[in-house]
Amino acid sequence: MAELLRVENLRTQFHTDSGLVKAVDGVSYHIEEQEIIGLVGESGCGKSVSQLSVMQLISAPGEIASGKVIFRGQDLLQFKANGPEMRSVRGAKIAMIFQEPMTSLNPVLTINRQLTEMLELHLGMNGMAARERAIELLDIVGIPSAQSRIGDYPHQFSGGMRQRVMIAIALSCNPDILIADEPTTALDVTTQAQLLELMKEIVERFNTSLVIVTHNLGVVARYAQRIYIMYAGRIIEEGTTKDIFGDPRHPYTIGLLKCIPRLDEEEGRKLVPIEGLPPNLINMPPTCAFLPRCSYKTERCSREPWPPLTHHYGQHYVSCFINTEGKTYEPAAK
Amino acid sequence: MVEKQTSGIDFSEAPVPVSEWQRFRRVFFERKLVMFGLIVLLLLVIAAIFAPLLTPYNPIKGDLADSLQPPSSKHLLGTDIQGRDILSRLIFGSRTALAVGFLTVAIAGICGVTLGLIAGYFGGVVNMVIMRTMDALMGFPMLLLALVIAALLGSGLQNVIIALGVATLPGYARVMHGLTLSVRENDYILAQRAMGASNIRVMFKHILPNALPPMIVLITLQLGALILAEAALSFLGIGIKPPTPAWGGMVADGYRYLSSRPWLSFAPGVVIMLVVFAFNLVGDGLRDALDPRLRGLL
Repeated sequence: MAELLRVENLRTQFHTDSGLVKAVDGVSYHIEEQEIIGLVGESGCGKSVSQLSVMQLISAPGEIASGKVIFRGQDLLQFKANGPEMRSVRGAKIAMIFQEPMTSLNPVLTINRQLTEMLELHLGMNGMAARERAIELLDIVGIPSAQSRIGDYPHQFSGGMRQRVMIAIALSCNPDILIADEPTTALDVTTQAQLLELMKEIVERFNTSLVIVTHNLGVVARYAQRIYIMYAGRIIEEGTTKDIFGDPRHPYTIGLLKCIPRLDEEEGRKLVPIEGLPPNLINMPPTCAFLPRCSYKTERCSREPWPPLTHHYGQHYVSCFINTEGKTYEPAAK
Repeated sequence: MVEKQTSGIDFSEAPVPVSEWQRFRRVFFERKLVMFGLIVLLLLVIAAIFAPLLTPYNPIKGDLADSLQPPSSKHLLGTDIQGRDILSRLIFGSRTALAVGFLTVAIAGICGVTLGLIAGYFGGVVNMVIMRTMDALMGFPMLLLALVIAALLGSGLQNVIIALGVATLPGYARVMHGLTLSVRENDYILAQRAMGASNIRVMFKHILPNALPPMIVLITLQLGALILAEAALSFLGIGIKPPTPAWGGMVADGYRYLSSRPWLSFAPGVVIMLVVFAFNLVGDGLRDALDPRLRGLL
C-alpha cells in the first residue's frame, strides 16, 4: 500500500492574551491508501486542531507555525489557506466529518441544496444529474426513502440521520481521505455502532482512507489498523492496534487502558482512573507533560526534556524514558 | 423524525407533512393583523401606482376660490390654503413616501448588510476600519445629518434619500455584523469551509440566509421608520420641496390651522400612522413565517 498523506513535525499555535498555546507541538503521522488510523486523546490534547491544520482551517488567533502536510507528494501548507488550490483539496480530496451532527448542517438550506452544492463545487454537476446523485448518496448512507426526504430541512432529521447526511456529503466527491472528528460522540450508543459500521463499509467500498479522531479507545480498537495516542499536543505513542492494546508502553496509554472495562478480563478488576488533570497548554515546561500525573516517573524525567518518539519494535514508537518493566531505553533517532 | 418500529401503531393520525409554502401561507396569511397590514400596504401601492387615475383634482395646482374648504362631497377631506384637494395630495404623497422608503432601504440595506457581513466575517483590521466608521456615522443624529446634507446639497427627493440612507446605513451594518459574528461560529460554517467553499460562497450563501430573518424584520420596521423620518424632514421644511405632495409637509401646512381646521393635519397624520403600523405588522408576520427555527412551533 502506498503512502497517501504524511504530516511532518506539525506545529499549530494560538496567541492568546495569557500566553502562547502550543496546541499541536511537533506532530508527525502518516496514513496509507485504504488504511484506517485512529488518533486518540482526551479533550484539549490537540487532536482536532491537528486535523484542522491539515485542512488549513485554523483561523486567528491560531496559526500553523511550521511543519509539512504532504499529500500525494505535494506539501499542502505551501498553498494559501483560502486559495483555489487549497479549496480544491478540501472536500474533494480530503473530506471531514464533524463532531456535532445537530449543528453541522446549515439549518436554512434543504438537504438537497447542501448535497448538490458539493457536487456543483467540485464536480461541476448541476440540475437533475446532481439531484439524482444526491439521492443515490443518501441511499448509500442508509437514509430510508431518500427520494422523498431529499427536499427536507435538517431539523426534520434526527441526529443519527444528520450524521449520515454529513457522511453522504463528505463522500459525494469520492475523497481519498475522510477525516472523522469524533463522529459519534454526540450520538447514542446504538447509533454510534451503526454509524461506525456504515463508515467502515463505505470507506472499503470507495477505497477511502479514514482518520478516526476520538477519545474513545473502544471505537479505534474495533476499526483502526494503527493508532496514535496524543497528549498535550504531541503524539506520545504509536503502533498497530495490536501493539497499543496488547503491549502499551507509555504510562499514559497504560493509564487509559486501565480505566476502561473489558469483556475478556478476569472478574473483580478495579478500574483505575488517571490522577490529576491534563496540563494547561500555556507556557508548558520543557519536561514531559505527563510527568505530574505519571506513576512511573523517575528522577531523570524531571531533569531532561520531553523525549522524542523512539522506535521500540515493528511499527511501535513510544515517547518515554522508561518502560513498564522499569528498564530504560535510550532515545534514538526515529 | 423518529420512525416507530413497533408494529400495531396506527399511522393514520400521523401529521401529514406540510410543504414550506403551505406553512408560510398558514403563518403569514391566516393572521388577521398581518392581513390588515398587507391590505393597507396594498392600498398604498395601488394608490401610488394609479394616483393620476384615482384623483379628481390636480395635487399641485388648486383653485384659490376653494381655499380651506371643510370636508364635503366635492372635496372628501377638504382643501388646504391654496385650495388643493387634500385627498388628491394624500394619494400623490404615497408616491413620495414609497419612493423614499424603498429606495433608501434598498441602498442603505444593501451597503450596510454587505459592510457588516465583510466586517464580521473577516474580523481584524477590516472589521476595525468598517465598524469604527459606522460608529462615527452613528454618532450623528439623523436629523442633524439631514440638515447638513440639505444645507450642502439643498432639499429634494434625492437628497432626502441620501441623508436618510447615510443615517440608517450603520444600523444595518451593526445588526449584520452581530449576526455574522454569531452565525460564523456555527459548525456548519466550518463544515462548509472544510468542503472547499470560498469565502464569498460562505458569506453570501450560508451566513446571509441564516441572518436574513432578523434583517427582514429590521428592513420592514425601517420602512415604516423612514416614512416617518421623511415626514419629519418635510415637516421641518428640509425634506421634499413644497409643491410636491409629501405627508410630512401636509401636516406642517395644516399645523397653523390646527384649532380651526384640524383635518388638514389629522388626515395626513392618520395616514402616516396607519402606514407605519402596517409595515410593523407585516414585518412581524414575515419574521414568524420565515424563521426556520420557528418551524414546528408555529
